Amino acid sequence: MRNFIETEHLQYFYDDVDRQADLALSDVSLTVREGEYVAVLGHNGSGKSTLAKLLNMILIPTGGRIWIDGREITDPAFSEDDMFAVRRDVGMVFQNPDNQLVATVVEEDVAFGPENLGVPREEIRRRVDDALRIVGMESYARHAPHRLSGGQKQRVAIAGIIAMMPRCIIFDEATAMLDPLGRREVMQTMDLLNREYGITILNITHYMDEAAHADRIVVINDGKVYMDGTPTEIFSQIERLHAVGLEAPQGTELLHALHTDGYDLPEGCVDESACVEALIRVYKEHTA
Amino acid sequence: MFKDVTLGQYFPGDSVIHRMDPRAKIIASILYIIAVFCARNIISFAALAASALLLILISRISMMTVLRGLKPILFILVFTALINIFLTRSTEEAPLWQANIPVFSWNWQPSIYREGILRAIFTALRVIVLIIGTSIFLTYTTSPITLTDAIEELLSPLKLLHVPVHDFAMMMTIALRFIPTLIEETEKIMNAQKARGADFSNGSLVQRAKALLPVLIPLFVSAFKRAGDLAIAMECRCYRGGEGRTKLHKLEYHFSDFLILFLVVAFMAGIFVINHYNPMGIGI
Repeated sequence: MRNFIETEHLQYFYDDVDRQADLALSDVSLTVREGEYVAVLGHNGSGKSTLAKLLNMILIPTGGRIWIDGREITDPAFSEDDMFAVRRDVGMVFQNPDNQLVATVVEEDVAFGPENLGVPREEIRRRVDDALRIVGMESYARHAPHRLSGGQKQRVAIAGIIAMMPRCIIFDEATAMLDPLGRREVMQTMDLLNREYGITILNITHYMDEAAHADRIVVINDGKVYMDGTPTEIFSQIERLHAVGLEAPQGTELLHALHTDGYDLPEGCVDESACVEALIRVYKEHTA
Repeated sequence: MFKDVTLGQYFPGDSVIHRMDPRAKIIASILYIIAVFCARNIISFAALAASALLLILISRISMMTVLRGLKPILFILVFTALINIFLTRSTEEAPLWQANIPVFSWNWQPSIYREGILRAIFTALRVIVLIIGTSIFLTYTTSPITLTDAIEELLSPLKLLHVPVHDFAMMMTIALRFIPTLIEETEKIMNAQKARGADFSNGSLVQRAKALLPVLIPLFVSAFKRAGDLAIAMECRCYRGGEGRTKLHKLEYHFSDFLILFLVVAFMAGIFVINHYNPMGIGI
C-alpha cells in the first residue's frame, strides 16, 4: 500500500503571548500508509494534538515538510483550493462533541460539509443518509443535537465528516469526554470505517486499550517520535513506556509484572483473552 | 429546569400555515400588518377581528395559547386605552362625561368623548390583531431556523451591495444552535457555585446581580473557548463562507403559497374598499 501521510522533520512552535516560543513539535518524521489504523499515544503536552492540526492545514508547520497522498502541502505554491481539497480528504473529529456541531437539526449538521463543498442537492441527500446509516444514527435524522447523548453527538460529528467522503479521519481525543458506553460506540464506528470502508484512521488518544486496537502505535514524547511499532512491539517495552509516563493496558501490565517476578508469561500481550489464557496456563502449571 | 425551554414559542404542526414557505409567511405578515394599520371604520375592524380568528382556526394553534401570548402586552393595551379615553378631545360633539376638579387655582376638567372611546377600542383591537396575525404567521408556526433561512433568502439581493447576508444568517444559526448548550452550562456553573456557598435567590437586587458575576465570568470564558473550537471544526469541514455553497433543503414556493399571498392581498384591498363605505358612520 502506498503512503498516505508522510512527514519529514516536522517542527512547530506556538508563539506565546509573552513572545516566548513554545516548542510543540521538534522533529517528527512519520509515514502512514493508505488504509492503516494508527494510534498516536502521548501524555498531555506531548504535541500529539498539534501534529493532528498540522496534517489538515489548520496549522502551518514552522519547519519540515508534509506530504498528503503524494502531494507536498508545505509547498509555498499550494493554493487555497488545494488546502480545502486536503481538508476534504483528511477529516477531523475533536474532543468536545458540542463544539463541532453547527446546525440545530442532525441531518442539517451532517450536510454542512458537503454543502460547503458545493455538492449538488440530491447527492447531499444521499451522502447524509449514507453517513447517518454508517454511524447508526439514521433514526435521529430530524432530532435536535442538544438532546442526544455524548456518544450519539460524537457519532453525528463523525457522520458529518464521513459525508465529505474523506480518505483519512483523524480522531483528536474524540473519546476523552465520553462515558464508557459512548466510547465503545465511537470505537466500533472507527473499526467499521477502517475495516469496511478502507478509511485511514489516526486515533490520537491517551487510552491504552484504544491504542491496543490499532494496527500500529506511534508514541510521541517531547515533540518527537519516541516509539513506532505494532501494539505487541510497543507494549512489550513497558519500561520505555513508563519512562515517559505512559502505561500499557492493565492485562499487559499484569503479565509484565509476573514475568519480571520469574513466571513464564509472554510480554506485550495486548489481547485480553490471550492474557487470561496465559494466566490460566501458568496457574495450572503451578498448581499441578 | 431550563432544559425544555422553547425558543420563540414555535409549535410544530402540519396546518396549511405551517406548510407555507417561510418567505411567503414573512411577506404575508408584512402585508397583513399594512392591512391592520389601514383599517378605519367599524366594518373594516370587524373584518380584521374575523381574519384573526380565521387564522387561529386554520393554524390549529389552541385559543388558550394565543390568549396567553397576549398577556405580556396587557399593560400596553390598558395604558393606551386610558390615554385614548381621557385625552381625546373632540370639537364636533359634546363630551359624554365631564368632571370639574379644582387643582389649586386651576380647574381640571377630565372629559370623555364618544370618539375617545371608539379610539380606545379600535387601537386595542388593532394591537391585538397585529400580535395574533404576526405570531400565527411567524413565531407559532415557523421554526427559528427556517425563519433564518427565509431571511437570508429574502435579503439576498443585498449581497449585490456587499452586505454579508450569508454571514449574518450563519451567525443566527449558530446562536440558535448554542442557546440550549449555554443554558445547560449556566445551570451547571450555578450549581457549582451554589455548592461553594453562593446565594442567588436572597438579598437585594444589587446583591443578587453581584452574585451572578461568578456565573457570568466562567460562562463567557467557556463561550469563547467554544467559539474557537467551533471555528476550527468548521474550517475542518471546509467552510469558506457563502460562496459556492449548496443546500440540503432549498426553500421552494408552492401553489398554496401564492394562493395564500393572493388571499392576503385581496384582504388588504378589501380593507381599503370598506374604509370608504361606512354605513353606520362609526369610525376614526
